[in-house]
Amino acid sequence: MNIKDKKVCEYLALVKANEPKTNSFKNCILAFLIGGAICDVGQAFLNLYSSFFPKDEAQVLTSITMIFLGAFLTGVGVYDKIGAFAGAGSIVPITGFANSIVSPAIEYKKEGFVFGVGSKMFLIAGPVLVYGISTSILVGLLYYLVKVFPGI
Amino acid sequence: MFEFKILHKGAMEKMEYLKAFLVGGLICVVGQILIDKTKLTSARVLVLFVTLGAILQGFGIYQKLVEFAGAGATVPLPGFGYSLAKGAIEEVSKVGFVGAFTGGVSRTAGGISAAVFFGYVISLIFNPRSK
Amino acid sequence: MKVRLKGTMKLGRSTYRFKSNVAISDCFTVVGKKEGQGPLSIYFDMVIEDEYAGQKSWELAEGKLLNIAITKLVQRAGEKPDNIDLILSGDLLNQLSSSHFAARDLDIPFIGIYGACSTFALSVGLASLFVDSGFAKNVIAATSSHFCSAEKQFRYPLELGTQRPPTSQWTVTGAAAFLIKQEDSSQSPKITHFTVGRILDFGIKDPNNMGAAMAPAAFDTIMRHFSDTKRSFDYYDMIITGDLGYVGRKLLDELFKKEGIRFSSELFDCGILMFDPETQNTGAGASGCAASACVFGGYLYKLLRERTFEKILIVPTGALMSQSTALLGESIPVIAHALAIEIV
Repeated sequence: MNIKDKKVCEYLALVKANEPKTNSFKNCILAFLIGGAICDVGQAFLNLYSSFFPKDEAQVLTSITMIFLGAFLTGVGVYDKIGAFAGAGSIVPITGFANSIVSPAIEYKKEGFVFGVGSKMFLIAGPVLVYGISTSILVGLLYYLVKVFPGI
Repeated sequence: MFEFKILHKGAMEKMEYLKAFLVGGLICVVGQILIDKTKLTSARVLVLFVTLGAILQGFGIYQKLVEFAGAGATVPLPGFGYSLAKGAIEEVSKVGFVGAFTGGVSRTAGGISAAVFFGYVISLIFNPRSK
Repeated sequence: MKVRLKGTMKLGRSTYRFKSNVAISDCFTVVGKKEGQGPLSIYFDMVIEDEYAGQKSWELAEGKLLNIAITKLVQRAGEKPDNIDLILSGDLLNQLSSSHFAARDLDIPFIGIYGACSTFALSVGLASLFVDSGFAKNVIAATSSHFCSAEKQFRYPLELGTQRPPTSQWTVTGAAAFLIKQEDSSQSPKITHFTVGRILDFGIKDPNNMGAAMAPAAFDTIMRHFSDTKRSFDYYDMIITGDLGYVGRKLLDELFKKEGIRFSSELFDCGILMFDPETQNTGAGASGCAASACVFGGYLYKLLRERTFEKILIVPTGALMSQSTALLGESIPVIAHALAIEIV
């Protein structure tokens, strides 16, 4: 290892040793509480819709409702405040997915509705769709193979 | 007898909410630990979760979690992966090979369309604010 | 080849000593709402509470702040815009949008420069070279930054619900303009030396930990300044870095400790002075071109004029990453420039 690399290694060790500590325990408690609460909101809507619609439709309506809530709370500027203390508790639920679509849409509005809102909307959520859809296709294909060739 | 049924229904519902809270909360905690302890950014954690949800449903495992915890399993992002994979599998059973491509997106079309639409509408009305 | 400009002398590898009386004749600082609520609030010339500054976008807002700083400076200095030979300005935005928007209606010859958060020292240092050499009489050095435009460009949309890690710093919304000219009176602080930094890279890849990335650059430039000028730490009443923040400042202390160097006075940092971490939730401190520029222009400039301090070495540091740097898996190149400013 030459002198320059050695200096870099030493410095990185120094940085690590002096890192400010995240209070991960507190973050986890908050993530648990907020995440759980958001899921309960979803459960409430699911129960409500299930009284009027068949199960599958009720599920879709629940997703749409949760997405609307996330989108609306993002628009009024509340969701980022929730996210600041809830962390994963607001990122992981589907409301967080809506937040990740609406926040760049609002931000890039100044760059026009076609190229600003239209293309930047998927800045953060795009990878979720790419990997989610691709994985489901692979799962579907594997399932097909297993079905057609049960010997596998 | 009638009162017992109402009480029982109330207790069942409360159990539902408790299970949803616990499971949903725990999935979020896993996400929080990944964000705090690893170099993964939150966007990468979401990609990981949606992929895992799809894979777990491939093995039929996530279905069991959904039956147990309801919204506690479907609201967090692995639930989106679960939905995509479930759709793909069901469509393959119905129409064969092509179903792998059509099933996932058609089952989650409601959510995806809502996200696009509401994203657009909300951006028409609101502006970004400083913190 | 040693270049010898009239009046200026090059010392060692990196330092320019100005032989004539290059002074910061006046300066004007404009800041945003949060900065106007911080510990230094009374020192700034103007606080603009509207984050849009009456404009349609963050980029235009930042340009407006910079435009106000420059025009108010010219007004207060009693100069006509025609008498200003040159503007040297820079900011964080792609292609220096803020500086270009700001200068659009000023009709003054313009040079744009990029030094990220070290732009204050870079612009004032270069302005001093123009003035000391006699090529220009009145030069304005200016810089700006804006929390919202910086977040949009370098990090995440404002409404995204993410948590800010404890090493993250808060980009200052503000602008500062400095009038550099030759002055013989002892009223205005003089720029005596400009040490040009070199690009370093100590392997930090995290754009949320700029303090750690920049600390080695501050260390390197400070050591070079002392080696070139043959001065020691005790020469200065105050040595202050730009925006290392709490994390970077601590690391700089450690780097000096490792070399066995102690100072008689405390090492300060503009990023630490700008905000109150207890009440303002600003993480590891302030950052942005305006951090060092506004803290110096508003606060330290007054302390120099009052002779509370007489000799300051200010070392603004810059993290020279682009939007792609982190995605490409690259670490962050950094730089620090130093200005020795003294009242004689």
